[in-house]
Parts: sequence; C-alpha cells; structure tokens
Amino acid sequence: MHPILSALKHHKTVVILVVLEIALTCAIVSNALFIIGSHLADMRVHTGVADNELVWATSSGIGDTTTPGRQASRAAADLAALRSMPGVRSAVITNSLPLGITGSWGTCLARKAGGEKPDSVCTVVMYAGTSGVVNTLGIKLSQGRDFLPQEYQDYDPFHGDQPPPPSVIVTRSLAEKMWPGENPLGKAIFLGDKGSDVTHVAGVTDHLLNPSINKYNGADLNLLLPVTSVAGGKYVLRTEPGARDVTLRDLPKVLDGVDDQRIITGSHSYADTVSEYFHDDRALIWLLLVVIGCLLALTALGVVGLSSFWVQQRTHQIGIRRAIGATRGDILRYFQVENFLIVSGGVALGLLLAVALNLLLMKHYELPQLPLYYLPIAALVLWLLGQLAVLGPALRAAAVPPVVATRSV
Amino acid sequence: MFGYYFDLALRSLKRNKVLTALMVLAIGLGIGASMTMITVLHVMTADPLPDKSVRLFYPQIDPQDMEGYTPGKDPMDQFSWTDAMNLLHARKGSHQVAMTGGRVTVRPPQGESRAFFADARYTSSDFFSMFDVPFLYGSGWTADDDDRQARAAVISRALADKLYGADHAVGQSLRLGKDVFRVIGVIDRWNPVPHFYDLTQGSYHNTEDVFLPLETAIALGQGTAGNMNCWGSGGFPTPGNMKNASCAWMQFWVQLDTPALVQAYREYLVHYSEQQKILGRFQRPPNTRLYDLMGWLDYNHVVPGSVQLQALLALGFMLVCLVNTVALLLVKFLRRSSELGVRRAMGASKQSIFAQLLVEASLIGFAGGVAGLLLAFFGLWIVRHQPVQYASHAHLDAAMLGTTLVLAMCATVLAAIFPAWRACRVQPARVLKIQ
Repeated sequence: MHPILSALKHHKTVVILVVLEIALTCAIVSNALFIIGSHLADMRVHTGVADNELVWATSSGIGDTTTPGRQASRAAADLAALRSMPGVRSAVITNSLPLGITGSWGTCLARKAGGEKPDSVCTVVMYAGTSGVVNTLGIKLSQGRDFLPQEYQDYDPFHGDQPPPPSVIVTRSLAEKMWPGENPLGKAIFLGDKGSDVTHVAGVTDHLLNPSINKYNGADLNLLLPVTSVAGGKYVLRTEPGARDVTLRDLPKVLDGVDDQRIITGSHSYADTVSEYFHDDRALIWLLLVVIGCLLALTALGVVGLSSFWVQQRTHQIGIRRAIGATRGDILRYFQVENFLIVSGGVALGLLLAVALNLLLMKHYELPQLPLYYLPIAALVLWLLGQLAVLGPALRAAAVPPVVATRSV
Repeated sequence: MFGYYFDLALRSLKRNKVLTALMVLAIGLGIGASMTMITVLHVMTADPLPDKSVRLFYPQIDPQDMEGYTPGKDPMDQFSWTDAMNLLHARKGSHQVAMTGGRVTVRPPQGESRAFFADARYTSSDFFSMFDVPFLYGSGWTADDDDRQARAAVISRALADKLYGADHAVGQSLRLGKDVFRVIGVIDRWNPVPHFYDLTQGSYHNTEDVFLPLETAIALGQGTAGNMNCWGSGGFPTPGNMKNASCAWMQFWVQLDTPALVQAYREYLVHYSEQQKILGRFQRPPNTRLYDLMGWLDYNHVVPGSVQLQALLALGFMLVCLVNTVALLLVKFLRRSSELGVRRAMGASKQSIFAQLLVEASLIGFAGGVAGLLLAFFGLWIVRHQPVQYASHAHLDAAMLGTTLVLAMCATVLAAIFPAWRACRVQPARVLKIQ
C-alpha cells in the first residue's frame, strides 16, 4: 500500500480533481437514487377500486337542462341506456374518482353536534355516488354493510338545505382519526356549517384513495355518501373484464342516442386515468435515470482517461518492476488498488456532500431526509464503476513486457 | 500568431481523437443538460408584458369575518363581486379591470358540427387596452357596453378561423349555450407566458378563446371557472346569486403610472378597508397588499418546485462535467510536456505557450458548445412532448442560442486556465534530459 500512496503524492492535483469529480457524482447520484425511490414508493399505491374494469365519462347538456328536475330525469335516462350496453355490469354517477383529480369536495366533520373546532376533523374528502356505487367501483368493505336502497337520498352539500343521507361509509384512516381505537360502526358524524346535520357510519373500507394525494388532505381521509344524483358528476361504468375497450368506443354513441344536444368530454379508461396521475413522477424518474447514467458514464470516462495517461507515463517503471520479478497479476493489482484508494477518497468526501445536498433540498423543496442506507448503495456503485473503468488501462499495463526496462525511451 | 496556434491545436486534437472526443462529449453533455433546463426556467420566469409590467398592479384586501383570523396573515388572492365593483368604479388608476375565468359552450353556426367547450374570460372593458392586446379585426367593447350589458364578444383568431374564417368573423353572431352574442373583435395571436392575469387557472394556462363583457356574462349566468373561496355561512352561490355571495372569485388589476399614484393607491386600499369595516361589511382590521406584476408572480410561486429542482440538478451536472474537463485537459497538456519543453527550449515564452493551450481549449469548447446545442434542441423537443402547461413554450430563441455557445467557450477556457498554467511551468531542461 505504501508505494502506491507515495506515487499518488506525485500527482496531487490530478488526484484531487478526480476525487472531487467522484465526490460530486456520489452526492448527486445518492440523492437522485433517493428521489427515485420515494417517487416509486408513491406510485405503488392501491386505489381501492377495480382499476381495470372501470370506464368513465362526463357529459353536459347544451339545451335547457338547468333545472334540477330536468337534470335528474336526463341522468336517469342516461344511466338506463348505459346499463343496457352489452358487457356493462353496472353504471353509477359519482362526483369524483380516486386519483381522478377533478370534482373533489372537501369538508369538516364534527364528532358532536354544534361542531366546535377542537371536536372536528377537517380536510376530509367527500365522495358521493348513486345507487350501487360500492359494487360498481369495487370498494371492499372490511366492516359493516353496503348502503340500503332507501338510504340513497337527494343531497348536495353546497346548495339547498336537505339533510344528509342517514348512512355513510368511511375509510379506516378517517375512522382512526375520528375515534382512535374505538369501533366506528354506528358512530354519529355531524356535517354542515354549524355541525347540525347528523349521519351514521354504516361501513368501513380499508382502502379508498382520495381524488389527489397531497399534504393537506393526506392519502385516504374520505367518506362516501349515498345520493340520488350528482350535479356535474361522472358516469362510471363497471364492465366485464374483456369488454372495457368496446365499451369505451361505444359509450359516446349510446349517450348521443338518449339526447344528441350535449357535449361529451371524452370517455376514459380508469386505468389510464391512474397512469396519467403519475405522469409527472414517471417523467422525473426517467430524467433522473438519464442524469445518473450520464454522470456515471462521464466519471468512468474520466477515470479511463486518467489511468491511460498514468499507464503510458509509467511504462518504463512497469517494465523495470516486471524485470525484477513482479508478475502480471502484481501490476494489475497495483492499478486496481490505486483506483480503489482514489475512489474511496472520493466516496468519503461524496457522502458528506450527499448529506449536505440533502439538507439543502430538504430546506428548499420539502424533500424528506435521506435514509442512510442510500449512502452505501451509492458507494458500492462508484467502487464497481471505478474498478470496471480501470480494468482496460490496467490490463494494458500488465501486458507491458519486461524488456521495456532495457530500452532507453 | 493566432493562425499558428490554431494549426497546432488542430494537429494536437487530431493526434488523440479519443481523448478529444471524450472532452467534447463531456462539455456537450453538461452544456446540453443545463441549457435545456435554463431555457425552461427562462421561459417560465419571463416578463409577460416587458413594456408595461412595472405599471400594472394587483391589490389584495381582507374581507373575511373573524373566523380563523391570524394577524399578519396574507389576505385572499381574489375579490368578491362587491369589492371588485367598488374598486373598479372608484377609478383610482388610469385603467382598472375586474374579471373572472369562465367556460362556455360554443354552438357552431353550421349546425351540423358538434358543440364544444371553450375557455372564456368575462372582463370589464379596460382589459384590452391595459394589457396591450393586439387586435386582428375590430376592437374591444366600451365601459358603456359593459354597463348596459351589451351582447358583444371578442374571440381569438383560432376560434374565428374555426367558426367563420378570421376575415369575416366581425359582425357574425356567436351562439354560446342558450345565448347569442355579436362578434365585435378578433384577437391576433396573443399568449402571455405566464398566464399572469389569472393564476388560479394554472400559471401557464393558454389565453382564452372567448372574451365577454363581465356584467353581461354574469347576468346571463354563463358558467364561471377557477377558484372560489367562501366565508361566513352562505355556502357556495348558485349562478343566480354570484353577486351577493361572500365569496372571492374575481381578479382585479390596476394601472398606476407614477410612484405617487402607487403610494396613493396603497393608502386608498387601507382607507377602503376601514370604510367597509364601518359599514359593517368587513370585520378584520385593514390588511392590504399591492404587488406589481413581477412581484405578484413571485408571490404566487409561478415556477413549480420541480422545475427549480431540475435546474439545480442540471447545474450540478454541469459542475461535474467541468471538473471532468479540467482533469482531462490537465492530463492532455501534461502528456505533451516534452513537446512543450522543446518549444520552450527553442525560445517560446511562457505566455505564448499559455496562449497556445488556451486556443486549443477554446476549440474544444466551441465543438462542445455545438454538441451541447444539439443536445439542448433534443432536450427541449422532449420537454415539448410532455403533457405540462408550459411545454409548448419551451423553445430556444436566438439569445439563448448565442448564450449557449458563449457559455460553452467560457466554461472550457476557464477550465483550461489551471491546466495550461501547470503545463507552461514545465522546465525545458528536465524534459529534454529525459528525452
């Protein structure tokens, strides 16, 4: 080890530059890997509904459908037509869908009548669906029961003053937040401005994601209300497993058959909706992968260039070492150990930089703290890369014949 | 002299093609990645109205009740109908405009083609003169049209082309849902980036296709679009009672031409808040703001964090590329110690060797810059194919093109200074002796 170190001392500047490059690469790569990891974790979610069997569309009338009565009768006609399509199991109207972004309603729920602030849970998302919503979406209840037919009522939380439906289905997270450790079935929830309207929990589901995941509303703090109609809602169809694409194609025609004075804003496969929701995450992951790839390639090229230079510069010395008894393996190992030392220096500095960079990112971009296990991963990647990069020049060095020692250059 | 160095540099670069290609590639990658991100950032932070932005202001007032009141907290971003109309009719600026976003159902005149949705803006009359909107045909409406709820409409060139052909759109009737309007103007291509006058629709939203007089659109119950914040116990309004609701859903801009007017307007906002409190409409103590256009964009953080993060990433990447270039140049120059030693022994000064090496480096820099430009074009092409609102604006303009080349050359020459300085310190005697 000692002769390698003293040889490196003769090339301080070059060594420092390479160490610096490896350190920067290490810092960026470990943070990039971490960002990729956290986005991948975000994307591995379970929506809580039957992703691959749902199709949805929105439609709005252009004629005189402004009165609630006319809207309701047209929605009923539309639903009947949609249900009669071949391959469609059921159809409902909802205000929003998990990860569907649009149509989201937020509210505060109170545990007691009167709705004092400390007794309320806020930023809760409300889903509203028409008859058969639980089975159509494929929501799995872990406790309690589905809505009864008479529980679907005319209710709009933003207009009018009808009382809410008598029953709701809540997610496990909401139940835990409202009544920690207690059995939520049958518990009362108070809605409305003054917390004056009461409803009761009929069922609990373990999974049902919000229309969008963010830090204000969390991932799955929501409840489902049984209603008879939703103004400006989405038609959601559950299809037979193979019938989704045909349904997608025929849906606009079927709706036009009921009334062609309308605008249908597309019919969407719900699986695509979920995939679109994560588009930004996927784009960022690809970007980071490209950057990591380029950085590693660049660093490897730098190491190759440097090692080639040193091999060329030391040809004479290598010849002398070979002449006085060093084997090819000895020469090969010399360059490998040298490279290992340089990369280790870079990694040591790089880990410090990685933590510093992470602190900077945490401060400005609300990233979480870098888990420490990303650091050895980045270090291992760089060690491997260094050894691979040095292999070519080192093999060339090992191939230097001892006779070189006898030649004057 | 320069010609000679140039020739020497070319020869030296040709001699070691792999190392040269490596360096060009390294600089190209760094420049390409950073220019892509800097261009995106440049587009996203651009001044949408460079001639006028310092004179356009967005006020804020605090009309909410005492529920959830924290002193010093920023007031709401938008206005209720009553407040927007009060500020509009006070006429304290040389121009002022109250507006909201909307969505209309356009029914094509031919009858057979399908109706479709279009983004709309319901605004008072000063919008067009205040924001220097270019008209292809016709003009906007007057304050008088606004007051008597005229059925007038201004449409975009794209919509005019689609419906009637832009040349004879003025004077045609435009059916929006159940209502009929008369087209009085066609706007030429106008797409300010960011969509500064209403950021609630997304900061990089495209310009609307239909513009209607505010009073007319609200009176007819044409659908509004955008954010709405309500307070008190009224809940959300129906389209019929938007005017009375305690909800903030409108944007308001005022043009103030001198610093004295700006100061006067600040005082007016406080005075207005006090007056409304006496009238019992407001409950909180006066809490007002007045931002100029760029300040308003800044306050609203129009540039997404992810874009800033990517720019930071690109700069880090550039830094690694530069360190890599310094190391490779150092290796390249030191390799030529013997050649440089001979030149020194033959009488070349340190300065001339230094200059020779820098010429060689700038040649590499230029090649790297060209490679970087190609990569940046490719990178921006990818950005344009992303489904994000700012995608269509990601173009490299002439200024950025020049900047790229200059940046690449400067970066490389800077990176070459240290290696060149090291290389020209070579002692001729020592090098010659080894030979």
